[in-house]
Amino acid sequence: MVVKIMGNSLIIFRRELKSFFDGPMAYVFLVVFALLNGWFFTTTFFLYGQSDLRTLFNIVPLVYLFFIPGITMGLISREKALGTIEIISTLPIEDRDIVIGKYLSAVALITIALLSTSLHFFTLMSFGNSIDYGAVFTGYLGLVLVGAVYASIGIFSSAVTDNQVISFIIGIAIIFVFWLFDKVLVFMPDILAGIIQYLSVEYHLSNISRGVIDTRNLIYFGSVIGFFLFLTTRLVESRRWS
Amino acid sequence: MIRVENLSKNYGPVKAVRSISFDLEDGQVVGFLGANGAGKSTTLKIMTGYISPSSGNVYFNDHNIQDNTSEIQKDIGYLPELNPLYSEMRVHDYLKFISEIRDIPKEDFKPAFQKVVEECGLNAVAHRTIGNCSKGYKQRIGLAAAMIHDPKILILDEPVTGLDPNQIVEIRQLIRKLGKEKIVIMSSHILQEIQATVDRIIIINEGSLVADGSSDELLSDSNTKTELSIDVENANENDINDMKATIPSVEIKSIYKEDNFTNISIEYPKNNDPRSDIFNYAVEKGWVIIEMVARKQNLEDIFRDLTRNGGKNNG
Repeated sequence: MVVKIMGNSLIIFRRELKSFFDGPMAYVFLVVFALLNGWFFTTTFFLYGQSDLRTLFNIVPLVYLFFIPGITMGLISREKALGTIEIISTLPIEDRDIVIGKYLSAVALITIALLSTSLHFFTLMSFGNSIDYGAVFTGYLGLVLVGAVYASIGIFSSAVTDNQVISFIIGIAIIFVFWLFDKVLVFMPDILAGIIQYLSVEYHLSNISRGVIDTRNLIYFGSVIGFFLFLTTRLVESRRWS
Repeated sequence: MIRVENLSKNYGPVKAVRSISFDLEDGQVVGFLGANGAGKSTTLKIMTGYISPSSGNVYFNDHNIQDNTSEIQKDIGYLPELNPLYSEMRVHDYLKFISEIRDIPKEDFKPAFQKVVEECGLNAVAHRTIGNCSKGYKQRIGLAAAMIHDPKILILDEPVTGLDPNQIVEIRQLIRKLGKEKIVIMSSHILQEIQATVDRIIIINEGSLVADGSSDELLSDSNTKTELSIDVENANENDINDMKATIPSVEIKSIYKEDNFTNISIEYPKNNDPRSDIFNYAVEKGWVIIEMVARKQNLEDIFRDLTRNGGKNNG
């Protein structure tokens, strides 16, 4: 039974990932993602003369802000607009598996995009010395986790509406709020600051990027993802009661 | 067996379906007939588990669709209205995707695929991208996807829209063939379509079930009247108006005086045929009947009657 449940999300996952690459979508995103990060990384890399990828790890979350809602905006809204949601919803598959399969396809595309930045890692290897490979690894791990959190926000925004543009904008807005938490800390009273800091993605990312893999950070990422995927599933189910 | 009990669905203040009940037996082809917006699609959507009813229940062999949705959906093949498809996928890949979720074993997919491709006439497009297929092909791709797992129940919402007359005939034959061992439920707003394809007609109007039976049953059950048109010579108006007193079952609708004859339009209840009485009356009054035509009611009249007067009677 468990195998079949995973199997169902896996079928959805494969179909979604294939449809990213069947159209121009995946290629456009991958190229733009690589170009943006490449530009921001190389313009400063040779100036600072530091043997790390910190500039890359700082710029990717910003690129994510637009990049990930772009990937996820159609995941569910497009099915609603085309009516194909009616096809998959009447197949013997749970709404939860549909959401998980689609979500994982977005995370997979984000991971592929991140792999394209490994080029900079090779640049680093050939020019730098005394490289901290551990920090590079945890830096990438952090980026995958942040991407996964933003993708869960993105798929949630996609389930809110049947309009892709609106879901894109909602996605950016929510991700922006999460990204902003870290920036507004200084203006917050002490009581709130602790809570907001805990909610901030950057706070948890910075811990991981420093090379510290703490379960508290992992729990944070896991619970935000779980929260948004849960809401997404409820939204998909809500069609029954409208 | 499917049992639908007091099914109702409200979309906000709009009552789309109002307390519909009916039973369906295996091996039956059933047609849902109704004007656009009558509640056909909503009823079918509830039966497939896509939406939930506001009240009432749908049972498949005594299992409620609300409680066993996924389990029951395994036995259902569904072609939604407007036939949505993943246009970027190839026909083969799409049917493969459907059959994977349907849990068809890998080795069984190929024969199942060939069977539906054959039955739905998809040979020419089996490896084409769905978006590049014509509307008729798309409709048949949707149908193929609905039946690839050989379901016990087929629910087809407007299955022949977009097809040309030859294709319509083919699909009709296919539906009838499938209906021999399955329950097939199809909807249409086109009467001829339903009449030509199904054993049993369920007419829905403004969310209510207004008639249920074979087309013969509907014709014999209907309490509407037969029209009779008579052309007579040598008739005077008083005699015509007095006819009602002698033959109580006739109801004179209109009298037209033409140059050399009079046309009388009459209505009478079907079980009380007054034509021989009219003949005798005419002989008595010295009329010459030159034409007498009874226009038998067809299904279209019944449909129009039922869907025009709000359909509150004849349940």
